[in-house]
Amino acid sequence: MDFYVLSSTFLYITFFVYLIATAFFGMTLGNNRDENKKSKATKLAMTFTIIGFASHLTAYIFRWIEAGHIPVSNMFEYITFFGLMLVLCFIVIHFVYGIPALGLIALPIAIVIIGYGSMFPQEVSPLVPSLQSHWLYIHVTLVGLAQAILAISFIAGLLFLIVKIDQTVRNKETTWLEIIIYAVLSTVGFIILSTGFGAMDYEATFIKESDGYQYEVEYEMLALFQPSNSDLMTEDRFNSGIEAPSWMQGIDAGKKLNTLTLSLLAGLLLYGLARLTLKGKRIGAYLQTKFGKINPDVVDDVMYRSIAIGFPLFTLGGLIFAAIWAQEAWGRFWGWDPKEVWALITWLFYAVFLHLRLTRGWHGKKSAWLAVVGFVIIMFNLIVINLVIAGLHSYAS
Amino acid sequence: MSDQSIRCECGHLNKEGTILCEACGKPIEGNQHIDGNDEKHVLEMRYEGSARRSQTYKRTFVDKTWAFFSSVKVGVWLIVITVVLSALGTVYPQEQFKNSPLPSSQFYAEEYGFTGQIFYQLGFHNMYSSWWYITLVALIGVSIIIASIDRYVPLRRALNNQKTKRHEVFVKRQRLVSKDNQLNEDDVNKLRENLKSRRYKVYEDDGHIMAEKNRFSRWGAYVNHIGLIIILLAAIFRMFEVMHVDDYVWVREGETRVVPSTNQEYYVENTGFVYEEYDPETQEQFSRALEDVEEPVPKNFQTNAVIYRTTEETLPGQEPELEEVTRGEIRLNQPVTFDGYALYQAGTQLEAEYDSMSFDVQLNDEVLGEFTFYSDEAPPEFHLEESDIMVSVDDWYPELEFTENGPSSFSKFPRNPGLIFSVENPDTGDSERFFYLQEDIIPLSEDNELVMNVTGIDRRSASGLTVKKDNTLPLFGLGAGIFMIGVVQGLYWYHRRVWIHPKGEGIYHIGIHTNKNWYGMKQELEKITEDTNVQEFEDQQELK
Repeated sequence: MDFYVLSSTFLYITFFVYLIATAFFGMTLGNNRDENKKSKATKLAMTFTIIGFASHLTAYIFRWIEAGHIPVSNMFEYITFFGLMLVLCFIVIHFVYGIPALGLIALPIAIVIIGYGSMFPQEVSPLVPSLQSHWLYIHVTLVGLAQAILAISFIAGLLFLIVKIDQTVRNKETTWLEIIIYAVLSTVGFIILSTGFGAMDYEATFIKESDGYQYEVEYEMLALFQPSNSDLMTEDRFNSGIEAPSWMQGIDAGKKLNTLTLSLLAGLLLYGLARLTLKGKRIGAYLQTKFGKINPDVVDDVMYRSIAIGFPLFTLGGLIFAAIWAQEAWGRFWGWDPKEVWALITWLFYAVFLHLRLTRGWHGKKSAWLAVVGFVIIMFNLIVINLVIAGLHSYAS
Repeated sequence: MSDQSIRCECGHLNKEGTILCEACGKPIEGNQHIDGNDEKHVLEMRYEGSARRSQTYKRTFVDKTWAFFSSVKVGVWLIVITVVLSALGTVYPQEQFKNSPLPSSQFYAEEYGFTGQIFYQLGFHNMYSSWWYITLVALIGVSIIIASIDRYVPLRRALNNQKTKRHEVFVKRQRLVSKDNQLNEDDVNKLRENLKSRRYKVYEDDGHIMAEKNRFSRWGAYVNHIGLIIILLAAIFRMFEVMHVDDYVWVREGETRVVPSTNQEYYVENTGFVYEEYDPETQEQFSRALEDVEEPVPKNFQTNAVIYRTTEETLPGQEPELEEVTRGEIRLNQPVTFDGYALYQAGTQLEAEYDSMSFDVQLNDEVLGEFTFYSDEAPPEFHLEESDIMVSVDDWYPELEFTENGPSSFSKFPRNPGLIFSVENPDTGDSERFFYLQEDIIPLSEDNELVMNVTGIDRRSASGLTVKKDNTLPLFGLGAGIFMIGVVQGLYWYHRRVWIHPKGEGIYHIGIHTNKNWYGMKQELEKITEDTNVQEFEDQQELK
């Protein structure tokens, strides 16, 4: 039996089941529906969420069996694990607090995260010697869990902002909320583009000259920007002739810039379509009317509680266990590698969050904005540090 | 100072700057602005209205410095500045990771252009060991210490001095209150019982009831700050060279070398180096991934090592006498440790050196003899016993290179050995010369009648080992442990108090304080007031 194929199949199923669950969560909204209908929809939504989680977990376990080691050793595996933990946290939170509106944010975010992770190479890779340690199981999984719990605070914060921001006039807060929504849509855009071009087997090869050497750069998407100092080799491929700025470092800089720009454009298209459908209304304003009345005190509590749990776990997994592993592998527990620095930044940031909240009374909207920034830092550490700023922890090729 | 102290109407003598009487909680006139109680109804209970030095004395330079560092706002700003700078430091690689032979003064400008130049000139390429970064962290340390003392000392005094009997105003101005309850004796007994069953300590005085639990949670913040201070102290100790060893040694297969930085006390022998790669044939699950990569994926770097210790003082030049201490397989993630030292697998020169080369000498298809040249011994001549002829080594170039002056050796390491032999021809008695290079033999004269062949080559790997010893590790561990205890203590338990205040004639006010998690407190209150006539509690400070 090919566990690899099984695992991928289950991941596909997961994806769709989560979509169904999201749709049911959508039905819990609206002011006109009566409580009975709402609670029925919630029950169905949670049932599908749990089925989806079971399928997700199955996919994960099959992959584990196939690889023979815990699948947290590259971007695809780690992001899948992060998504798994995020849904788990949401399920737990739901049974404690029971806020269905949270599901309507948590699941789409989880879907986008899993979708994003699936765009990375999915082959089961062997463990290089530096990863052959039981600390891989402890350090990476604990960081994944802690980050997922911290992400719940972002989700609660986002819900809080959607409900509480003054949408009567355009202001700084409404603009930033739209930017967050736009960022999520751009990620969706990236997933659509990657999947679409992938289905077409799109390939355009450029030969790039750098320091007297020639490199082949393969584009899997339409080339809006070609690498600096390069020529298109594949025939019949669109080429704008615009080169990426030469000051951008790295052989793949042009490709990365191209993907980013295309994703942002796709996001803009999706965002524009959404605004058109809403007759120009801000998406945040539309969501506010839909999300109706929720108890802000409870959402605020979810936000704080998830940081109160996530912060110590992150300290343990992301700093203490990380340091112990580093000491065991390299004989130095701290080395100012970019990933380490950003783990410290994450830790300091949430320390600031807790100080402002516990000693200066930053509750509500202020806290919610901080929770959003915290999540941005986590995503930055996961994506930008791995893909752009290479270091010891750089997983992705 | 004592002449400035304030006597409350309850009789308790409070220190200057006290906001709420330590004993009865009555707001002390003239000090309410300090905690902002003059502007809102709910009393600020964060530090129990105790007299903090930073809020009381603001005259002298010392007062002002103390007040500055005790401010959480200042602490947060220091952290924010550190966060921003730390982030900027990751924009380009730090000097230690730059991986280029260029000096930093050129590297950053050439590699990253104008912004790289700025990065370098601001000193960001060495950010984390720069004096200003260290100063910033030190300031955070000072802030942690002063802020903690400024709060901990008066808070502890206030909590120790609190009386069961509180002033009515104090109770009514708590965040959660239920006023003017008509309660009979059964209700009060039930409340008392419920509180006890929920693990509150219940105190009574003159009909007043105070129930309290988990006061220790209030110390969590100070405990975790102690942990952080210990970590910062450990970092300071680590700046001194004596506290840690950080060295590197290359050991060839078969070689025994002194472990540096151990006062010539320890030796390490490399009895063999193992290098393995993943094989897509035997490990099918990886075949998809292994197809994609051009280079094979390494599976194992391993040095089989034996550690020795000198048995007595060795005089310079004297061969040390060694006894085995331990042996083991050093892999990534698996150092070998001895006496606090640890050896880590850090580098490899895979089969980079020639351990030995074997040759035979023939004349008219008849083998005259064989010999093996060991690089480390490099003997000047060989005697081929079968035929009783001499092979002499005229020249030995461990790392051969050709310069204007002919062949020479670039180093003493046999990475590209070259040899010039003279062999006497038993028939003619002439000496015939051969050049060994690039694993091949070149006769140096066309008239050579003898034939020399390379019959075997034995390469060897060298293993790079880092030598580490760190005396500060236990201190870092202690600090981290205390920090975690403090965080858990402060975040997962809540200091909760319930005051039941009789107004007479069966009328009671009930005031509630919890240091955090009001949501949980409200849920617990439902359990506490179960089966009693206590009216619903009013949250006087709900998020609107």
